[in-house]
Parts: sequence; C-alpha cells; structure tokens
Amino acid sequence: MRKQDFNRLNPVTWEIPQSFRDDMRVPVRIFASDKILEATLGDRSIEQAINAATLPGLVSHVVVMPDVHQGYGFPIGGVAATNVPDGVISPGGIGYDINCGVRVLASEISADEAEPWLDDLANALNAHCPSGVGGKGSVRLTAKAIENVLRLGSEWTERNGFATSEDVRRTEECGRLEDADPSCVSDRAKQRGRPQLGTLGAGNHFIEVDIIEDIFHPEAAEAMGLQVGNLAVQIHCGSRGLGHQVCSDYVRELQNAVRRYNIQLPDRELVCAPLNSPEGKRYFAAMACAANYAFANRQVLTHHARTAFEEALAGKVSNWDLSLVYDIAHNMGKIEQHRIDGEERTLCVHRKGATRAFGPGFEGLPEEYRALGQPVLVPGSMGTGSWVLLGTKESMSLAFGSSCHGAGRTMSRKQAKRSVRGDQLLAKLENQGIHIRAGSMPGLAEEAPQAYKDVDSVVDVVSKAGIAKKVARLKPLVVIKG
Amino acid sequence: MGESNFHSQEDFFEEIEHTADLSIRVSGKTIDSLFENAALGMLRLMQASSRPGETKIKHIELGAIDKETLLVTWLEELLFNMETKDVNYTGIEVHQVKNGRLSASVRETPLAEMNKEIKAVTFYDLKIETTDEGFITTLVFDV
Repeated sequence: MRKQDFNRLNPVTWEIPQSFRDDMRVPVRIFASDKILEATLGDRSIEQAINAATLPGLVSHVVVMPDVHQGYGFPIGGVAATNVPDGVISPGGIGYDINCGVRVLASEISADEAEPWLDDLANALNAHCPSGVGGKGSVRLTAKAIENVLRLGSEWTERNGFATSEDVRRTEECGRLEDADPSCVSDRAKQRGRPQLGTLGAGNHFIEVDIIEDIFHPEAAEAMGLQVGNLAVQIHCGSRGLGHQVCSDYVRELQNAVRRYNIQLPDRELVCAPLNSPEGKRYFAAMACAANYAFANRQVLTHHARTAFEEALAGKVSNWDLSLVYDIAHNMGKIEQHRIDGEERTLCVHRKGATRAFGPGFEGLPEEYRALGQPVLVPGSMGTGSWVLLGTKESMSLAFGSSCHGAGRTMSRKQAKRSVRGDQLLAKLENQGIHIRAGSMPGLAEEAPQAYKDVDSVVDVVSKAGIAKKVARLKPLVVIKG
Repeated sequence: MGESNFHSQEDFFEEIEHTADLSIRVSGKTIDSLFENAALGMLRLMQASSRPGETKIKHIELGAIDKETLLVTWLEELLFNMETKDVNYTGIEVHQVKNGRLSASVRETPLAEMNKEIKAVTFYDLKIETTDEGFITTLVFDV
C-alpha cells in the first residue's frame, strides 16, 4: 500500500475506493492524520481492512480508526456493518477476547489527599484483583452458576452482591445481551470460565488509578462525576479463557460453513456465516454469552477494587467510594439500527478494537447521559494518559456510531523487548511517580509507552473527524498489569 | 517417548515480527515434524516451567477437515490442557499426521508458571506449504 492509493476526503479522512481490488464490496475509510496514516502503512493493517471489505452483505464502507494496527483477519481498530438478516457475522471480525472492554470509575478522592497512601493502594489492588497468565479468581462458579452468568451478565453480579443498580444501568446494554444462549457455548469454554470470573488476565489488560488532569467539557464531566485533581479508576479486561474458547470453537466450526454457503474469502480468519443461518445464529448466541461473562468479569473486578480502596483509604480520606462512569465493549458484534442513505436499517456492527460511540438522544443511554451522548473511554499506554470522550451525532453517519478504543501499537512485542528492559522501565515509571505492579518484567517491556502511538494524537483525529468530543484527560498514578 | 525434545529443534521455528500479537515461522522435514515443531515453538513462546510432581505420558488423537485446521486444533488442545489441568509439556512426539488425523504422545508435568498467555491460535494467512526441504508454515497467536 502507498499513500497515493488513498483519496483524501478531508484533512483526517482517507478512502480506498471499492475499485482498488476486484473482490472489495465496499470502500475502506480511515480516520488518520498524515503522520498516523504513514505509520499505518508500516504493517498489514490496511490490507486486513481491505480483506474485511470483501465480506458478503457489507453496508456503506469499512471504517478504520486512527489507533489501527495489524491484527488477524480484521485489523485492530476496524468497524464493519453487515445487513440483517442476510449479511454475515464473522467471529474473526470480533476477536478472541469477546467484549474486551474498559470501564471508568469516578471518585471524590483528591489525588493530593491520597498521595501518601498510593503505594498501599497499589498493594491492595494487586492483592484483591487476581492478574497474570491463567489467573484464577476468588469466585468459583458451579456448573449452574456459570449458565446464569452467561445468560444474565451484570444482572447476575447485582443479584449476587457484586454490583449496585447504578453500576448495571451505566454499563453498555446494562451489561446483558438478551440473545445469549448458554446451550451454544461448549463445555470446554464453560470449564475455562468457571474459575476465572473476577480476574484480569495478562497481556495489555490492566487496572489503573488516574488523576483527572484536565476537563474539556465541564457539563459532561459534571454528569460523569469527574473533577480535576480527583482520582479515577480504569479497568481493562475481557471474557478470559471462556471468550477465547468460544471464538476458537466457532472459527473452526465456520471453516465448514464458508464452504457450505460458497463464500469466497481472502483470509481464513475471516470465516463467517449468514446471520440467518443456523451457524450464524449459534455463534451470535454464544458470542452474547461471552460478552455477558466479560461484563460480569469487569463488575466483579470493580467489587474487588472497591474492597481495595476501602482497605487502603478508609479513615484516611473522607469518601473512598467509586461510582461507575460507564463500561464499554471494544470487541463485539451488535445488532443496531442505523440510517443509511436516508433509510432506517437493521445492521450487525462488528467492532474489533473499536467502541460504540452513540450520539445524544439514544434511548439506550442512562438518562443522565442521554442529552449529552455516550461516554467513550480511551485508555492510553501506561505512563502517558487516557481520555474520556463523548459520542456524537456525526459519528452515527460517519462511523456507524463508533470511535477509537486506545492508543494502538506501533512496535511489535519482539521489538519492544529488544528496545526496552522491563526493570529499567519500571524504575523510570516509578521515578515519574507512577506506582507499578506487574506480573512479569518482559511483559511490562512489551507494553512500554514507546510501543504505542501517542494517544493525544489519536484523540485529536477522532475529535477533528467529529466522531467524538473531548471530555477529560487522565494521567496514571497506579498501574496493575496482568 | 524419549527424553525432552525441547532443546533440539530450535532451527525449525523462529519468532517473526507482528505488531500486536506473536508469530512464528515453522518448518519440518515431514508433516509430522512440522506439527511437532509448531507445538515446540508455541511452548517456547509461552515460557512455561514445571514443578516437581508426577510425569505422565498421554496419547492424543485428533481429527479435522484439513491439515491447517488440524494444526490449529492440535495447538489449541495443548493450550486448553495447560490452562484447565495446570500441566506443562516437556516432551512432544507427533507419530502421524495423515488424512486429517493426528496421533501424538506428550509428556505432561505439573505446571509451575507460564510467562506468556496465548489466547488462541489464529487462521490468519495460515497455509501449510511444501518446499524442497519439506514443509513450512507461519502461525499467528493472539496474545
């Protein structure tokens, strides 16, 4: 790919026309600055977006976010919508970590007040929130209980004392996809999920305590309970081994389906099935179960984080409560209503490394956010910063109501380990006043800030493109890495 | 099966660059050795270690619609066992890969720790190719 293969639609929007490759069914549009676009040409992410543009039943265009990087099948940072019911659903377009997502919790704790206790807080979070490879949690689910978690998601956590009603209300889809059918989830997936509820996992998953550094939209920040100088918490994780197994099961199963439905694909990771086929329906119902598990997982971790805050800060600060701002998914397939060329259409929107970012007026939003738009949470790399944004009306027409999900990697894990030593990075971040707890030093090096794009540049692009508005910038103080 | 084959096969897999995930290029003189080396390469990436305890030799039989799907199925079988049974593999021997069936023996030991989580084995660009020296393929793991 070369830069001249793109048509520039405006300063931050580029298009690869459908005519670029014979098998494309729709164009690809990427939101990027010149610098981000040029960096993106260094890996195979745009080729992957073009491959995604070959799926049957696609509507309008494939969207690529500025935090894009190479994945498998779809690029990370890709959005593609297919027509319901005759378009396809692709597990590879959603990813193995189904409903990997992030939530932000607000507090009334000032960072100055908490500063002497941040090391204790890091220890308490690390002790209460299990992390690392294959980690097991304190909640052990019986065979019956896991069926309920898969069906009910966050509702299960509320019934079992892990959530408040406000937590549930402030979670995308209230933390429950109604189409979940546990009979479509394999015994192997359930077996993997039973010991892992309330665990962070490894890789790029984390719990972070941040200081709210700057506010750009006072009205929205007030509605979210975000105040400059106060602490906020981010929890980033997904559906753990259960979700990985669901995706693996269906990517394998659908290898047969593409033959049966005579679907031609440039990459086997893009396997798919028509949404109205038995295979497509079964995958969708299983994906919804994994999504519910992930909502419940982040909620149980929230419960653990609240316990850690109480343990470390009770009696030392005046109010150690954490209130959920919002919880969003960034690896998900959703059935949504969108207006395409003036016509109301039902679509299956695949977001892989991209978040929903619905604008003002959407009835599914909590009442306090309905006039403002959906909170969009954009975690950056540790050591830099993160953002809280708002979805916009324009995002609905430009990007199927979607926005970016993070900073996006620029450096391979191998290259990061060659360039950065985990112990030196740890010392550097600690010198910056960031309290780090990490499962492994090589793992920490892989997630070094220099392995990621500049999150501020990524947010500038989505802001200029009009698909999200800036609300607040967060800066890390405590990072618990899986 | 004999002693550990973990340190004898390094020339037959190499880690290659991937922005977000992990990838290895694997070769084998025979299709059997390609499958064996793919497992060894994946286990090397995971940097698993064993703790003292009972060693068991297990036999694994698997089937799939084609050899690429069989390769993914084989590696996922090992990942599943490692996560759910807390085992490490200190020896891998693939006896035969033929007509969509795999037969292998593995040496299981109690797992001490794993440094790298592999979420899944992907089909991204997956194709087992024949060369003058045998067989070669590239695997991408979601991490």
